[in-house]
Amino acid sequence: MASSAVAPSYTPCINKKDVGLSAFSSQLSISVQNAKKRVSRKIVAVMTPQQSERSPATTGSVKTGMTMTEKIFARASEKPQLSPGENVWVNVDILMTHDVCGPGTFGIFKREFGQNAKVWDREKIVIIPDHYIFTADERANRNVDICRDFSNEQNIKYFYDIKDLGNFKANPDYKGVCHVALAQEGHCRPGEVLLGTDSHTCTAGAFGQFATGIGNTDAGFVLGTGKLLLKVPPTLRFVIDGEMPNYLLAKDLILQIIGEISVSGATYKAMEFVGPTVESLTMEERMTLCNMVVEAGGKNGLVPADSTTYKYLEDKTSVPYEAVYSDGQARFLSEYRFDVSKMEPLVAKPHSPDNRALARECKDVKIDRVYIGSCTGGKTEDFMAAAKVFLASGKKVKVPTFLVPATHKVWMDIYGLPVPESGGKTCSQIFEEAGCDTPTSPSCGACLGGPKDTYARLNEPQVCVSTTNRNFPGRMGHKEGQIYLASPYTAAASALTGFVTDPREFLQ
Amino acid sequence: MAASLAHTHLSHAAFRSPRISPPLSPPYSLKLPTLHFPTFKPLSSSPVPPQPQHRTLTLRPPSAASDATATSTTTSFHGLCYVVGDNIDTDQIIPTKYLTLVPSKPDEYAKLGSYALIGLPVSYPTRFIDPGETKTKYSIVIAGDNFGCGSSREHAPVALRAAGAAAVVAESYARIFFRNSVATGEVYPLESEVRICEECRTGDVVTIELGESRLINHTTGKEYSLKPIGDARPVIEAGGIFAYARKTGMIPMIPS
Repeated sequence: MASSAVAPSYTPCINKKDVGLSAFSSQLSISVQNAKKRVSRKIVAVMTPQQSERSPATTGSVKTGMTMTEKIFARASEKPQLSPGENVWVNVDILMTHDVCGPGTFGIFKREFGQNAKVWDREKIVIIPDHYIFTADERANRNVDICRDFSNEQNIKYFYDIKDLGNFKANPDYKGVCHVALAQEGHCRPGEVLLGTDSHTCTAGAFGQFATGIGNTDAGFVLGTGKLLLKVPPTLRFVIDGEMPNYLLAKDLILQIIGEISVSGATYKAMEFVGPTVESLTMEERMTLCNMVVEAGGKNGLVPADSTTYKYLEDKTSVPYEAVYSDGQARFLSEYRFDVSKMEPLVAKPHSPDNRALARECKDVKIDRVYIGSCTGGKTEDFMAAAKVFLASGKKVKVPTFLVPATHKVWMDIYGLPVPESGGKTCSQIFEEAGCDTPTSPSCGACLGGPKDTYARLNEPQVCVSTTNRNFPGRMGHKEGQIYLASPYTAAASALTGFVTDPREFLQ
Repeated sequence: MAASLAHTHLSHAAFRSPRISPPLSPPYSLKLPTLHFPTFKPLSSSPVPPQPQHRTLTLRPPSAASDATATSTTTSFHGLCYVVGDNIDTDQIIPTKYLTLVPSKPDEYAKLGSYALIGLPVSYPTRFIDPGETKTKYSIVIAGDNFGCGSSREHAPVALRAAGAAAVVAESYARIFFRNSVATGEVYPLESEVRICEECRTGDVVTIELGESRLINHTTGKEYSLKPIGDARPVIEAGGIFAYARKTGMIPMIPS
């Protein structure tokens, strides 16, 4: 694969975008800190492109170029200039937690700040039950209750509750998988700092913000203070060029990158994705790219905000935000270049996300089931992609194929949106014709195993092709289960043959 | 309970005098040249059942506030080690089905400990926790590259500590696991200069001298240097992120 670590170099595509955007004048110089006194009654900044000259930084008197991540840290810590390795107290814009880590986080918050303590900002905390929802496990159910009690007590503005487990649609507030819900509900915004008690919080980097996963103790600290001590990471830059072939998805790109740099190749580092290919990706595809940076050990992933970002955000948030971009003179630890036009569909073989192989090299691997879901591969476009393969083949799946939409919104899209060139069929119709299992209630599902009665959990030592993010031993349930991570195209193609299958068999 | 922190049999009061050379009678017939007195408050020897707030401070030297330098040079760990390989992810440290246990609840904290490292494949014939036990006899975990990769679950360092392990020595860590270890003060995350996971075997008796950044394997007679803990040290020495923030005036002292 054509990639190389080279000395930091100036990349024209970045600058081009800067120039392009500089046409918009900056009517917004509202800093992140001002967002505390949010005026939420009117829309002031939805049409964002708020850039004047992209001179060294947006933070004032700056002498040296900074990366996007450094700029976000600088602004959030109220410092004019930062370098990698510095430890700074950062102001947090959004703190997200869920049913698995929320209860522990609340426990630490109360222990450290007092039983009657109040959270730092009830509008900046987002609590999303999503992990262990549709289960009879009493402790799992109790944990959702704890989230509800805390949200009521603290008057948390964004708590996406579920009470009726028998019919998720009966819960007006329930969303589903936190990382997808955060984006769909407008909590992901360029230039901001988003922390969450989940390693895949890095997904939100797709919006050009700093987003990373933290533990309960750190989250308990943030609940009380709105701040956290963080180290400024150095940045690895990935320049992705070339026209995306119609059989590849962002999942293939990130599996390629993880295979290249290994599961610890980006430990402590930011991973910034730029280049014409990245610019051509939809928001959901950018989310897939950033979602799995943690599988390379990355602290955060980033895609610079652009018109695609602003368009996605248009009807989702009224909170003012300001995007930041890496300076031309910014220093990157290393730069990797990929030509996507030469790439082939990939899988990560058991038991590590960096155990990369070409899908066609694994054509003799017999599989027992296929799983399409999770924050990585359970978005609307992921199901659209799978449906496209089923549609193209006109055949039926040969192994049980489980479909777990990430969120309620995704579920509605599966049942409501017509699949292109299908004569108006929805994904759900195509899935039914192909013999897949009926799309189930949105949640993290079996991506991470979960309680024994979790839908589609790997309870036997089977082989599964999955659109999820991890394939370490035991990840989906059974310790000896074998998980092949793949794109929705590859997953659907594999379902049709019963073997790991290159989607080009159906898409060309 | 067979946890083998050398200090578990010592009286609580003794921990307040880190410089005193204690009349050690380690549970092993060993000649220990310089076994410095540990300054860590052991979970198992607390005179009262430990409350959750003690747990986050377990690695905090009791005298740190008054004499941080002294304590940092006299701190050590001693016991049996448990050796694992590279990329031990959080699913192997504490599988997801146990994540319904909430670490801040004392009984569930203990239960998490009983499942520590239960997700390791069957290729590890010697288990971290013996069948029928709820605690480990290995107080030190020795690992290869990228220990604790995967999820952000704080249940991972919590489970190790709740099982009775006090320190991990890895070639390298995944960021969030290291961070959680530091922020909670649950386990002491140390890094080795070389791949000692290939030179130590489960059951070897080891001592870690923090002040000298040294690991001694008494079974093999070999010594290894450890990497300096770096800029996480002030937080570790304070006893976690809350203690550090209080010490530096970021947040007020614990409310009454």
